[in-house]
Amino acid sequence: MKTTLWKMTLLLGIGIAPTAVSEDLAAVIQASFSDRGQATLLRLEQDPLQQHCSQPRDQPVDDEIAMALRQQRLDAVVFPADGDFLGDWQRGATVAASGRGLQFNDDPSIANGGNCYACHQLAPSEVAYGTLGPSLTQYGLRGQSDAMLRYTWTKLWDTHAFNLCSHMPRFGAQKILDEQQLKDVMAFLLDPNSSVNQPTE
Amino acid sequence: MITRWCLLWLAFPAWADEGVFDQYRDLMGDDNPAIFVIDEGEEFWYQSQGPSGATLEACDLGLGAGVTRGAYAQFPRYFADTDRVMDIETRLIHCMETLQGRDRTVTAAKPYSLRGDFGTELEALVTWLAAESEGVVIAPEQGHPKERAMYALGEEIFFYRAGPHDFSCATCHEQSDKRIRLQQLPNLTDHHDAADAYGSWPAYRMSQGLVRTMGWRLQDCFRQQRWPGLTFGSEVSIALQTYMAVNAAGGIMTAPGLKR
Repeated sequence: MKTTLWKMTLLLGIGIAPTAVSEDLAAVIQASFSDRGQATLLRLEQDPLQQHCSQPRDQPVDDEIAMALRQQRLDAVVFPADGDFLGDWQRGATVAASGRGLQFNDDPSIANGGNCYACHQLAPSEVAYGTLGPSLTQYGLRGQSDAMLRYTWTKLWDTHAFNLCSHMPRFGAQKILDEQQLKDVMAFLLDPNSSVNQPTE
Repeated sequence: MITRWCLLWLAFPAWADEGVFDQYRDLMGDDNPAIFVIDEGEEFWYQSQGPSGATLEACDLGLGAGVTRGAYAQFPRYFADTDRVMDIETRLIHCMETLQGRDRTVTAAKPYSLRGDFGTELEALVTWLAAESEGVVIAPEQGHPKERAMYALGEEIFFYRAGPHDFSCATCHEQSDKRIRLQQLPNLTDHHDAADAYGSWPAYRMSQGLVRTMGWRLQDCFRQQRWPGLTFGSEVSIALQTYMAVNAAGGIMTAPGLKR
């Protein structure tokens, strides 16, 4: 009954999270943490997407819910107001290299980083890159067509619009990065002069 | 020969980096600075403290009062006297309270040292007790229903995504052969990786000049997950330690480890 209600709520597009996750679990988690600086207990409450994407990998997924969620995320993407997708690649390089922001020990008055190198290879000159995500070296070879600009922006804004339950953070939708920072990261990926798009030797 | 090594280096920069680190570990040999912390922990065990002026020698770590050899390897476990599943850290706090009469709001107020501190009493005790299990098979108890419930809870928490970055434990620890920046990540859903990782804590962290415990490691994971502060001895902490320990069961305790 609860599951059906949950589905209906979701399909109607109302953002109220019902209790598919056991209330016990949520209560145990709430009781095990305390506010630390900017990281308050509110962060432990899941939105419908987080709830859906918290199943162990071997659990069957409900395709109907998954499709509805993915469409919701796609519909909610906000594109740049001025229609200009590309900022300054050098500033984007700084955003990509910074891993700070939103941890309880981070100063909230300083801009967040994107921490792209934690998971992705980007500029071939940077050897300290992670492998949780695919290599994005030479990403700019894909060109700057309108489709590429909108696709790349959407991946950065909310990866779940294309790849539901991807591990990647929703940099735009969750306001981790602001619009200008996202434009700068776009340029870092797509500008032919960017260090990402230099030959790999 | 040299050319071949250079090629390997280029082809597998991450492996090469681990290789350098492994070399460093080999150079250190048995010279893990944690040996001083082990000695300190043993001294704390036999030291009379608190209003009762008692030592911890009568503390039951699951194998009977005063049995320390192999005890660490069977945590977390259920204790009838508290009707709770406990990790070794909360069990020690319990013994300090019941045997020595020490107030847990004091003994558990600062379980882990801050950077630049000397280690805490709890860190030293845990390090010594881990050394008392060195070479012992990891075998957490799962006979009691509460122990099995704790494992199931740990698994649910492991995959629970929350916070501004949508991170769960699984974000970094459900895939094999991955790394974050240059740091190798254990796949904690995999027995082999879980055994290597779980069995190597507590560990001396060279970058911090301190021994860190499994409880501390979890707190720091959640900081990086952008979650609030994980409470020492909380259910989430014990559930995740149970999840890791059971996945690691059958592996060998190698702690105290030596880490970056």
